[in-house]
Amino acid sequence: MNAILLILLVVGGSAILSWPLGRHLRWAMDPVTPGTKRGALERLFVLFAGRISQQPQTWKDYAIAMLTFNALMFVFVFTLMAVQQHLPLNPDDKGALTLDLIFNTAASFTSNTNLQHYSGEVSMSYLTQVAGLMWLQFVSAATGIAVLTALARGLAGRAEMGNFFLDLQRATFLVLLPLAALVATGLVIGGVPMTLDGAAQVTTLEGISQTIARGPVAAFLSIKQLGTNGGGFFGPNSAHPLENPGFWTNVLSSISILLVPMACVWMFGRIIGRMKHAGVVFVVMLVFLFVKIGVAVVFESEPTHAFANLPIEQNSGNLEGKELRFGAAAGPLWAVLTTSTSNGSVNAMHDSLNPVTGLLPMIGMWLNATFGGVGVGMINMFIYIILAVFIAGMMVGRTPEYLGRKIEAREVKLAAVCLLAHAFFILAPTALFAVTPWGLDALNNDGPHGLSEILYEFSSASANNGSGFEGLGDNTVPWNLFTGVIMLLARYLPIVLPLAIAGSLAVKRPSAESSGTLGTEDGTFGFMLAACIVFIGALTFFPAAALGPIAEHFLTSL
Amino acid sequence: MKSLILPSLRLLIVTQLICVAAYPGIILTFAKVTTPDTASASILTDAKGNPIGSRLVAQDFTRPEYFWPRPSAVDYNGSGAGGSNKSPTSPRLTERAGEIIARHGATAERLLPPDLAAASGSGLDPFISEAAARFQLFRVAGARSVDAEKIEPLIAGASIMPGGFLTGTRIVNVLELNLALDAMK
Repeated sequence: MNAILLILLVVGGSAILSWPLGRHLRWAMDPVTPGTKRGALERLFVLFAGRISQQPQTWKDYAIAMLTFNALMFVFVFTLMAVQQHLPLNPDDKGALTLDLIFNTAASFTSNTNLQHYSGEVSMSYLTQVAGLMWLQFVSAATGIAVLTALARGLAGRAEMGNFFLDLQRATFLVLLPLAALVATGLVIGGVPMTLDGAAQVTTLEGISQTIARGPVAAFLSIKQLGTNGGGFFGPNSAHPLENPGFWTNVLSSISILLVPMACVWMFGRIIGRMKHAGVVFVVMLVFLFVKIGVAVVFESEPTHAFANLPIEQNSGNLEGKELRFGAAAGPLWAVLTTSTSNGSVNAMHDSLNPVTGLLPMIGMWLNATFGGVGVGMINMFIYIILAVFIAGMMVGRTPEYLGRKIEAREVKLAAVCLLAHAFFILAPTALFAVTPWGLDALNNDGPHGLSEILYEFSSASANNGSGFEGLGDNTVPWNLFTGVIMLLARYLPIVLPLAIAGSLAVKRPSAESSGTLGTEDGTFGFMLAACIVFIGALTFFPAAALGPIAEHFLTSL
Repeated sequence: MKSLILPSLRLLIVTQLICVAAYPGIILTFAKVTTPDTASASILTDAKGNPIGSRLVAQDFTRPEYFWPRPSAVDYNGSGAGGSNKSPTSPRLTERAGEIIARHGATAERLLPPDLAAASGSGLDPFISEAAARFQLFRVAGARSVDAEKIEPLIAGASIMPGGFLTGTRIVNVLELNLALDAMK
């Protein structure tokens, strides 16, 4: 009962808050008539970025500007990490990092993934954490919101999709920064540390000396959640008591995971001027979310198989890898939220989840569109929408149309490339690492769960998620290089190709809607969309799931 | 392409100034003013002012006269936290549970509360369930040669419901409970 209340509080609370935030996003990202106050902000942004920000960009110009800035983000943080041992704000004297780890981490945070092959409190100086990683958490999330805005403008029929330099500032300063400050304030009040002092040295009651790492956690943590980044200040992420000290910081963090991805759907609807369509998409996403949460919470309430037949009470769910202060349902709930969005922070160790519960985060990352990452989640859903419209059109024998524009071979090809790339980036390297020492030597568990560890890692890289079955010893050259490259490709391909689709749709002549037009604003379309997601996802990934988590589930019931 | 590098650099500088210098600065100041204690990791000190641990971070207790925390996969390392990351099918988990059962003296008649057998996600969970505290009551009382009824109120007093009616289990902060025990003498 208290599990249901907690789920309703987190998901319902986020859904309700996402409505006003969606309005705000529209106001911030795509101002209709620059009013007096809003106009002053625009002038400020133009002043910051220079005159180029006044020039409207086509989809190609927009994509190139985005890629240029993102390349600079990568180079800047790569350099910062490479020399962190010589820079200030390093009270605990963190040393040099290996080049392959620096490459992986820079790729990871630039691509909004936040896969971490290091442990924050062990390896990173405060300067790296704040000026490098936290900064990327702002600007990579802002990149996602900016490109969704551009995509929506294209679908609204504007051949010029806005200006990236302007959009990035709007997303950073008008959306993410105020939210981050608000949430960080709440986290500080909830007991999260915020200090530049180095680790505390204490002598315990039994006379053992203990070093307690700390740092500017609260400021880092809020944007980590809000921007679907997910990279923790500490190694165990939001399971760490200093990163998530209590029940209410956990609730606040959970809501912060969902809020912006949800609001992005409403912003999309407002810019294309079809709120009913956005409503249908929102409901489809919400249904997927609730189904996954339900299954996860039910399976995780089973005691762990490892303690069966031992003199241990079997009256509570699986507690291995969980923290007591969040309550029983908080672990599986978070596991689903963090992988349905492309957040990737964790408040329990996913490696120790019961087998079927452990499958659900993977499903979230395979679909990657049931809310998804800030901005990019809705872009991924747009790909599914194109396919759903196309398949529905084929079934009834009409020319498929989306928002009054014909979907033709070019658009469908680009959409199919996006989906196939995601599957390829996950399954091909999983197969490679499953048969070579690169993968086998890194495993922390045997049997099907070992395969799950490899499969999870590549799913996380390709979905730009960042969570992991963290027992995997993945700070090695092959893991760092492969996942690093995959994170970059899996970030920019599904941004640039949808922009190209929107660009090609924008210049088509809109056809008048008639009774023969396939509607995209009703339940039939919602059902069609959901079915497409299930069939494409299931057909692609079921064999891998059967060999990993599903096989493990049957092992536990032997 | 070249014409895009300069505006990109300008974006880098302005976002660094606002998001990296100003924003954490404001949060730091706010934390220093409103919650100086938790902002520096809730460190507790003894009567002489020596730091003895963090209220939020588990520390190792092995002596029988103290309540013991949940197992830690990282040996309560406050500067390198982590979980076991063992799957439910891992024989290592079962083995580890066997060692813990022996240490706590649990039997088929006196079952061990599961949180005492399962390592936490961070290895630093500062809490145990109230049931886990009561399970250890007789060992602690025996080692201290004190009546169990005298210690029992300490457990009841330290026991909290972290989310009110939204959580099912009552939990107890181990370090605070042990400090209360020591203060009893």
